[in-house]
Amino acid sequence: MARMKFLCDADRCIECNACVTACKNEHEVPWGINRRRVVTINDGKPGERSVSMACMHCTDAPCAAVCPVDCFYTTADAVVLHSKDLCIGCGYCFYACPFGAPQYPRVGNFGSRGKMDKCTYCAGGPEADMTPAEYAKYGSNRLAEGKLPICAEMCSTKALLAGDGEVITQIYRERVQRRGYGSGAWGWRTAYKETINV
Amino acid sequence: MLMKRKAGEASRARLSATLGQVSSGPVTRRSFLARAGVTAGGLAALSSLSVGMVRKAEAAGGGVRPGIPVQLKKNICTHCSVGCTVIAEVQNGVWVGQEPAWDSPINRGTHCAKGASVRELVHGDRRLKTPMKLVNGEWQRISWDVAINEIGDKMMEIRGKSGADSVFLLGSAKFSNEGAYLMRKFAAFWGTNSVDHQARICHSTTVAGVANTWGYGAQTNSYNDIRNSKTMIIMGGNPAEAHPVSLQHVLTGKEINRANVIVIDPRFTRTAAHANEYVRIRPGTDIPVIWGIMWHIFENGWEDKQFIAQRVHGMDQIRAEVKKWNPQEVERVAGVPGEQLKRVAQLFATQKPSTLIWCMGATQKTVGTANVRAYCDLLLATGNVGMDGTGANIFRGHCNVQGASDMGLDVGNLPLYYGIAEAAWRHWARVWDVPFDYFQSRFDEVPAKAGRNARTRLQNMQTPGITTTRWFDAVTLPADQVDQRDNVKGMVVFGHGGNTVTRMPESVKGLEALELLVVADPHPTTYAHLSNRRNGTYLLPIATQFEGDGSRTNSNRSIQWGEKVVEPIFESASDYWVIYRMAQKLGFANEMFKNISLVQGKYGPEPQAESVLREINRGGWGAGYTGQSPERLKAHMANQGKFDLVTLRAPASDPVVGGDYYGLPWPCWGTPEIRHPGTHVLYDTTRHVKDGGGTFRARFGVEYQGANILAEGSYSKGSVLTDGYPEMTMAVFQRLGWDADLTAAERASIERVGGANVAAVSWMTDLSGGIQRVCLEKGVSPFGNAKARAVAWNLPDPVPVHREPIYSIRPDLVAQYPARADERTLRMPNLHTTVQKAAVDRRIADSFPIILTSGRLVEYEGGGEETRSNPWLAELQQDMFVEIHPADAAQRGIRDGGWVHVWGPEMVANTRTRMKALVTERVGRGVAFMPFHFGGWYLGEDQRAKYPRGTDPYVLGESVNTLTTYGYDPVTAMQETKVTLCQISAA
Repeated sequence: MARMKFLCDADRCIECNACVTACKNEHEVPWGINRRRVVTINDGKPGERSVSMACMHCTDAPCAAVCPVDCFYTTADAVVLHSKDLCIGCGYCFYACPFGAPQYPRVGNFGSRGKMDKCTYCAGGPEADMTPAEYAKYGSNRLAEGKLPICAEMCSTKALLAGDGEVITQIYRERVQRRGYGSGAWGWRTAYKETINV
Repeated sequence: MLMKRKAGEASRARLSATLGQVSSGPVTRRSFLARAGVTAGGLAALSSLSVGMVRKAEAAGGGVRPGIPVQLKKNICTHCSVGCTVIAEVQNGVWVGQEPAWDSPINRGTHCAKGASVRELVHGDRRLKTPMKLVNGEWQRISWDVAINEIGDKMMEIRGKSGADSVFLLGSAKFSNEGAYLMRKFAAFWGTNSVDHQARICHSTTVAGVANTWGYGAQTNSYNDIRNSKTMIIMGGNPAEAHPVSLQHVLTGKEINRANVIVIDPRFTRTAAHANEYVRIRPGTDIPVIWGIMWHIFENGWEDKQFIAQRVHGMDQIRAEVKKWNPQEVERVAGVPGEQLKRVAQLFATQKPSTLIWCMGATQKTVGTANVRAYCDLLLATGNVGMDGTGANIFRGHCNVQGASDMGLDVGNLPLYYGIAEAAWRHWARVWDVPFDYFQSRFDEVPAKAGRNARTRLQNMQTPGITTTRWFDAVTLPADQVDQRDNVKGMVVFGHGGNTVTRMPESVKGLEALELLVVADPHPTTYAHLSNRRNGTYLLPIATQFEGDGSRTNSNRSIQWGEKVVEPIFESASDYWVIYRMAQKLGFANEMFKNISLVQGKYGPEPQAESVLREINRGGWGAGYTGQSPERLKAHMANQGKFDLVTLRAPASDPVVGGDYYGLPWPCWGTPEIRHPGTHVLYDTTRHVKDGGGTFRARFGVEYQGANILAEGSYSKGSVLTDGYPEMTMAVFQRLGWDADLTAAERASIERVGGANVAAVSWMTDLSGGIQRVCLEKGVSPFGNAKARAVAWNLPDPVPVHREPIYSIRPDLVAQYPARADERTLRMPNLHTTVQKAAVDRRIADSFPIILTSGRLVEYEGGGEETRSNPWLAELQQDMFVEIHPADAAQRGIRDGGWVHVWGPEMVANTRTRMKALVTERVGRGVAFMPFHFGGWYLGEDQRAKYPRGTDPYVLGESVNTLTTYGYDPVTAMQETKVTLCQISAA
């Protein structure tokens, strides 16, 4: 089985936010919830670099480790998903997540958190694949249709790569060798406990 | 508080807000995101709903439903000029999803934030839903019939009282080619040349500068071809935000060729962040910088001497001007060190092919045309035009600004760059099958005024009209200063924001003085709220290009056919239908549409896009717009995957599109049956004309002041003429004996066109296409083979010279580099000197010590109404802001994210704009930058209540053009948006 990963080539990312709006469009994510976002460091200065960030679908995901109701599960493709039926909106996973991925809608008048929402790697959730029930809770299930996450597919400069970890590693490696520079696979050591050596 | 989030903080911020704490981590520009989900105005409703409710409401339109057939429709993104293909998934007539368009050679599946969210446009929560009319200050719903009748009656009343020129017609770069063409034709039948569109305020100076240099006002190469470049200079452009998908080609070129990417800009842009070299300049010093680069080139002999000798006229005069710009003087004026420019010069001149990419940093200037001409001269001096990997890669703005320019939505052109001289009118009258005398009768006679001569109808139809940069002056200035029968009294605007033109306080006065204002647009636009009009104002809901068929032309001249994704939503109607109905009401529809098929549309018969394009094909000889039949364009869309990523060419063996360049970029000579492949790289002598090769156009005769201005020893591959030659006419054909190659039918057609003077019939006016057909056989360019003009003697500054901005931060340089003397430009006074002198005399630079410049954000486009109405985009940029340097901020006690007041030298005393501060080193000290997409606030006041209910965009903000000031290019009346002065204080 493939081990699905995300890789953002920070030397290509121009912070155009296509990944962000593509995600909103694909899953009808409401205002205020951001499954993906672009982070820029050294904004406006030499050395400025941007990285598109979402749930990295970690190996041994820390969110799953802290969840009191055990709502997380990892698919055969190594995608980390969760059940909104089980989630109690406690927010522990937010503290555990090294990437700030979990999002919580505000529900009720006292600012209480609703059920957690995050990037599904366009792989839906526990409901039957590609059903309206699944769509309503988790958005569309592209993986089940044989497609990759829309954010990576629509990335303007092909900075954001998604797919089998070995394949995207190879693409990135060839790119770095050809151009002679590369600031590395951002977040990989944290998420996947490995890095890409070129 | 709405602030932008950064490094992984958005969700943390939301969480901390709910816990009653506010995180105060560092803030970056992009943030301006809701930290706490608290939002202003129109968002309040949205955010007060529980998320579950929002979700349910939105999900009604979203997501592909199982068991219902999905139709895939191909159209083109309606935002920038890159021309990304959009694939829509449609179920039961509803657009439910977007899929990557992998086959498009231009975007290869990708999008930017705008393209990835276009589906929302036809979801359209904030669209204008029905025709509306302002009655005593209140918006009232009316029917289309009432709207068309009342508007038509009022137009006729104005016409009777003040003349045809008193109705200003503003078209749109959002039109399809067919819509743009119909609008231009409509203006011809109405009897005015005052018909304009967004090109005026984005690349009119490019078109004028480039066309006057080598023939046509268009990008010479393509986005894809940049992959061949070894050196790229991006000067006055920020494609990472304005044309993000173009960066796919730029960055790949940079990687594959290890190409040099050099960004020259006052601002360290997101594009500069990906460059090898960044050159910071003082705004408004483009010409000194270019001459500074060329100084090193000439000093070191790096110029391309053979190219100059064979293909360039007047480089010696340029050399003389360049000599003045030694490194010391360039550093004094522009602030760029000589050593840095030497490095840039060497790379550009010696690591070839090199390309120069520019956008509105070059063009939106009082010296815009001269800037563009200087850029061209740098390309010519280094022999970087007319080959793969070279060229003037001018990234245009809107999705069809190239096409709308091609269609003549311009005060001085009929379709396809024929101009408006009598011969041009006669050509189009023949194509339209309407007597020339009819058009003449439609134009006003202009009486003598203020020492100017009277104009007959015939003269008036050959006089360029009022521009969109000056329409309000044409309303409010004393009648004797406006060079037409009477002032402008009515304005009909299609697809254009009201906040896109400088001097907004003046345009508000203009709006209030108009008797009639018609805004035809998917959104109400800023025109709806900007003034305190109470009556005589109509809003017409227009469908987007996703709700209709038609072609659009991207920046590199590739014409792409878009198919209707869904029917026009709400009571929206297509441009075609509205123009047709207006023509009916005004009494010329039968003549105007006599050769155009009508099909059943949403509200009745409407012109068929294919049929309109066929008429364009019948007349568009002058730019090679005759081979692009609807059938060929549709075949390209259906076979996108066959076109090569770099050459944009389909393999010769393909039975359908074999040998074609993608989108049949003009010139695509001859009839569709000839199957010319289109021209990917203009003026390319290494290819046969039949293969898209060419030469520089001979537009300006054969000699000038005794010097030969035809090419010398340079010709395109396979040409039977092995030297320069003039444009092809029957006279030239007869001299060469080539008239014998014409068929009998072609000859008969030419004789019909020529009448008594067959010799004068040219490649542009021959309706049979025989002349072009024979030219292709002989391997010659129909438009001749001339030298490019380094010196354009017909322009106000034939050799570009530096002129300080009207509002200069350096009054000490004004005496040496003054603005042009006062003059008249396109029917209006153009008071360069008076205004500049007053600014110096009043010591404006002392009280307004910060240079203000403007530009784009990736999330928004143009005036921004459409994109600020899209929640997926609006969420990403919720506040108007000004970028200010940390030193300037510290001096004023301004903190990052705080509110500031900004005011400018032309604003009424004690009025202020209000926005947020973004303190950043992105701008240099003494320079401030604002995005130009905001509107809906005016002088610190929220105007939301003035929108018709439910049509106000989610995000409103102060418009930069409330602050921008006087200054107009002497050739095109381009406005000055890039250099003015301002003062900023903490609010």
